[in-house]
Amino acid sequence: MRVLGESDVLFILAAVRWTLLLSVIAFLGGAIGGLFVALARTGEITPLRYVAMGYIKIFQGTPLLMQLFLAFFVPGIFGFNVDPWGAAALGLSLHASAFLGEIWRGSIETVPRGQWEAATSLGFRYWAKMALVIVPQAVRIAVAPTIGFLVQLIKGTSLASIIGFVELTRAGQIINNATFRPFTIFGLVALVYFVICWPLSAYSRRIERKLAVAGR
Amino acid sequence: MTTSDETAPIPHALGDVVITMRQVNKWYGSFHVLRDIDLSVRRGERIVICGPSGSGKSTLIRCLNQLEAHQSGDITVDGVALVPGLAGIESVRREIGMVFQRFNLFPHLTALENCTLAPMKVRGLSRAEAEAAARTYLERVHIPEQAGKYPVQLSGGQQQRVAIARSLCMNPKIMLFDEPTSALDPEMVNEVLDVMIELALSGMTMLVVTHEMGFARRVADRVVFMDQGEIVEQAPPAAFFGEPRNERTQRFLGQILPAGRSGATAG
Repeated sequence: MRVLGESDVLFILAAVRWTLLLSVIAFLGGAIGGLFVALARTGEITPLRYVAMGYIKIFQGTPLLMQLFLAFFVPGIFGFNVDPWGAAALGLSLHASAFLGEIWRGSIETVPRGQWEAATSLGFRYWAKMALVIVPQAVRIAVAPTIGFLVQLIKGTSLASIIGFVELTRAGQIINNATFRPFTIFGLVALVYFVICWPLSAYSRRIERKLAVAGR
Repeated sequence: MTTSDETAPIPHALGDVVITMRQVNKWYGSFHVLRDIDLSVRRGERIVICGPSGSGKSTLIRCLNQLEAHQSGDITVDGVALVPGLAGIESVRREIGMVFQRFNLFPHLTALENCTLAPMKVRGLSRAEAEAAARTYLERVHIPEQAGKYPVQLSGGQQQRVAIARSLCMNPKIMLFDEPTSALDPEMVNEVLDVMIELALSGMTMLVVTHEMGFARRVADRVVFMDQGEIVEQAPPAAFFGEPRNERTQRFLGQILPAGRSGATAG
């Protein structure tokens, strides 16, 4: 056992970049996947709608940790070797796709039917209708819950430590194993998460309040 | 009073047949919403469709631009046979303007942008062309000064007039109105009806679902009465209000027209 030093604290703080990078990748992957899920779920192609629904149900009904385990171990069965990085990015992206897909489906469905009908009667095709009429209205509704989910996702990246990905939480564990100062170390780790997440939560709350006022 | 009783219907010439419905049927599940509908409309003709709620009148006009698909029978609009899943239905739709009960303006766009969006993105007009046309039509519906406002800043009557202008900006051959004044406060009904009368005077082919019998008397070439999914009776307004033949028509008119004044303008 050794004493907790400045370099240990720096090691932990430096690991924040992996937490952030993993969050960004998972969020972007989730945004792309979520867009497909939301469009499939609200679209008129029945089989696609059911596939998207099943996808959402599976990911909402299982723990994120199991999803990460599966993302880590399953590709190996088929002969693909994934490192913790790839597994964490894949697992979290798939996870985020389901949740963002569901959030955005809800937002799209909040846009009144009359908006679809007006756009349809003016001769817009599906994609133009979506891009010019439906999405601009759905986005306003989606922003707050999307940021809310982003906060969940950032905190969720801590589970990637269990499949051996060295991010903020894992860095804390490593230092703690060497110095055994759990209160200080995990207090610091928690504080870092808070500093990242709290402003996002506050921002999302502000947007929600603004929308509530505009909606009056 | 929207339109005075004394005014005779506006005379005008009719062109060739532009809409034909033959033996059209539609069901919502087991509910038979349209039964053997036969209707033909000539260019420049103004048709008012009335009937009790649930009689299928909105569904009928929504089949004409295929917002609703029919299940049997033939519908031909401007030479195009409408079949479910018709590829290129958009090119039929853009020739048919539609005005809704709840206006359905795009809330994220100004009145002017509501009017220019489809001409630019569907017809491919330049912004300058689309805006010039939009301003002309906003003028025609008497609200050029509201061009920069968002729908939420406009009254119901103003919103509905923007909605009419938005449809007109597509230069439609036919205009459909689905109870355009039923969601309005009473004091705003006339400003919308006046715009519709002016539109009728310009020779537009119009199918109007409404209970505004004064409008029907003044503007309609034909009044169509529907009940339980059928067209029960159709006749020019004078005959329709003066001597309705069917017992169901008589009962309906008895309910919506002021007592003892069957044939007078509805209040």
